[in-house]
Amino acid sequence: MKTKRSISSQLLASIMVNAVYAMVNYPIVLVSTILAPFSLLIVITFVSKGALIPVAIGGALIMTMVSSGTSMQQDLSHLKNDFKVQDMVVSSPAKAWIYLLGMSISEIIYSIPALAVLVVLAALYIHTNIIGYLAITAVLLIMFTFASSLGFLLSTLSSDIVQSWAFSGIVSTILSALPPVYYPITYIPLPFQYLAYLSPATYAAEIVQNITGLTSFSHSTILVDWVVIIIITLIITFLAVKKSKWRED
Amino acid sequence: MNYLKCNKVTKEYEPGKKALNSVTMSIPAKGIFAMIGRNGAGKTTLVRILSTQLSLTSGSAAISGLDVMKDAPRLREMIACVPQEGRAIGWLTPRQFILSYLMWRGFSKKEARQRLEKSLRELGISKYADTLSRMLSGGTKRKVLVGMVMSSEAKVIFLDEPTTGLDPISRGELWKTLIKLKKNHFIFLTTHYLEEAEKLADTIGVMEDGKLMAIGTIEELREKVRYPYSIKILSNDKVVKPMEGELIRGVDGHYQIVTTEKEAGKISKHLIDKGVKFSMNPLTLDDIFYYIVKKPIEEESYEDEKEY
Repeated sequence: MKTKRSISSQLLASIMVNAVYAMVNYPIVLVSTILAPFSLLIVITFVSKGALIPVAIGGALIMTMVSSGTSMQQDLSHLKNDFKVQDMVVSSPAKAWIYLLGMSISEIIYSIPALAVLVVLAALYIHTNIIGYLAITAVLLIMFTFASSLGFLLSTLSSDIVQSWAFSGIVSTILSALPPVYYPITYIPLPFQYLAYLSPATYAAEIVQNITGLTSFSHSTILVDWVVIIIITLIITFLAVKKSKWRED
Repeated sequence: MNYLKCNKVTKEYEPGKKALNSVTMSIPAKGIFAMIGRNGAGKTTLVRILSTQLSLTSGSAAISGLDVMKDAPRLREMIACVPQEGRAIGWLTPRQFILSYLMWRGFSKKEARQRLEKSLRELGISKYADTLSRMLSGGTKRKVLVGMVMSSEAKVIFLDEPTTGLDPISRGELWKTLIKLKKNHFIFLTTHYLEEAEKLADTIGVMEDGKLMAIGTIEELREKVRYPYSIKILSNDKVVKPMEGELIRGVDGHYQIVTTEKEAGKISKHLIDKGVKFSMNPLTLDDIFYYIVKKPIEEESYEDEKEY
């Protein structure tokens, strides 16, 4: 007799393993998750004497989504290489896309405490209309898709935790240290601004900063920003799907 | 009847380097099948191919008529695997881990809970069900993994070296579980504990260097050796080549003689006279294994049989 299988159960399994149980069994995880995006937000707020609060909140939102996505890389590698969970799941009726979608949602769930606080701060400090809020939401979702696809892609390349750490360090430099997400790009001396444009987070930050009204960019710049983040996300997602090997060669 | 069939299954991780070399076999998919072999013999590669985790380079394999490559989605409905070095996730309790696994398989939370409670009870690990897995003993951790596959609907279970590293008591407990499990499942087990294969398996395969060297029941394998007695030479002295029987390199590289009962008596007397340490016993699976995978022994390392 064919067993009836529930896709929602399959999705929920990844979410419970990678987010819910981790937070339930280790409540300290909640504290660390909430604190993570606030370190730079606090520094920027004090250094700018409060002037850059809206920009820094936008930046913290972007970085939370980006780091949620890139966490996929370490989490998938850890489950795959250290516990052989992926092998157990491959030899079962679970589908690759359900497993990965569940893992990806779990990263967002993991960040919910931080996102909740940031959303409240955004509502208080970022004054824009409904289109502005929708645009910010779209940017955040695009950046999460980009980062989680990148995270998954890199997890397929790492065969142990040491490699995984190395990838994580590189990704963190490119996506967190390089781009001016917590402050306007004009704060960076000119020759180095070009370096910042190597990171997709810079383009996302320009869109959000433009919405906050603290810095303004031309329509063509914002258009280019949208095109860049969408195209980069499509390319990385395409590569991730293409590269994804449920069964190894 | 359902069969597991391999037809010239070959796996090359790199061109020219064969991890599996034309493995062909056909066994009934019932009871316990144990694949024995040294580390690197190809056991895990075969398990990973059959459990649809790894592609084969050439050949074909099927379980109950479902091809491991072409019919993988349907095959995955009926299989479950505990990989070598598979571990219960450390930050989860056994209850949470098994529940998640069953939900990954698509069971509703309610049904998954019922199934998991039953397997926890059957394995006698209910009292550890809410302890974090990282705090459990090695034996209990393994039981959790067996409980995981046992609680599923899978009829074909792959266990890749499930007892490696366990103490004899934990191993014995796990054996009891597997003996119960085989009543309703087909278990494909790999091990390098020959005693384990002898105790549990209905059919045994012997692998060496990616090749299937022999397959059959313990009696069928025993017949391949033809000689009922084994003498293990415990020192590195030169040994006698038997008039009847064969000299092979056995456990830990020591010499071993497989021979008839009468010849064994003569040789042991000779060895006692020469003061050579040895042990003698009826043929075990260890002896059969070393006989099957034996390599030629250099002439200078043994004495002529006429000397005794």
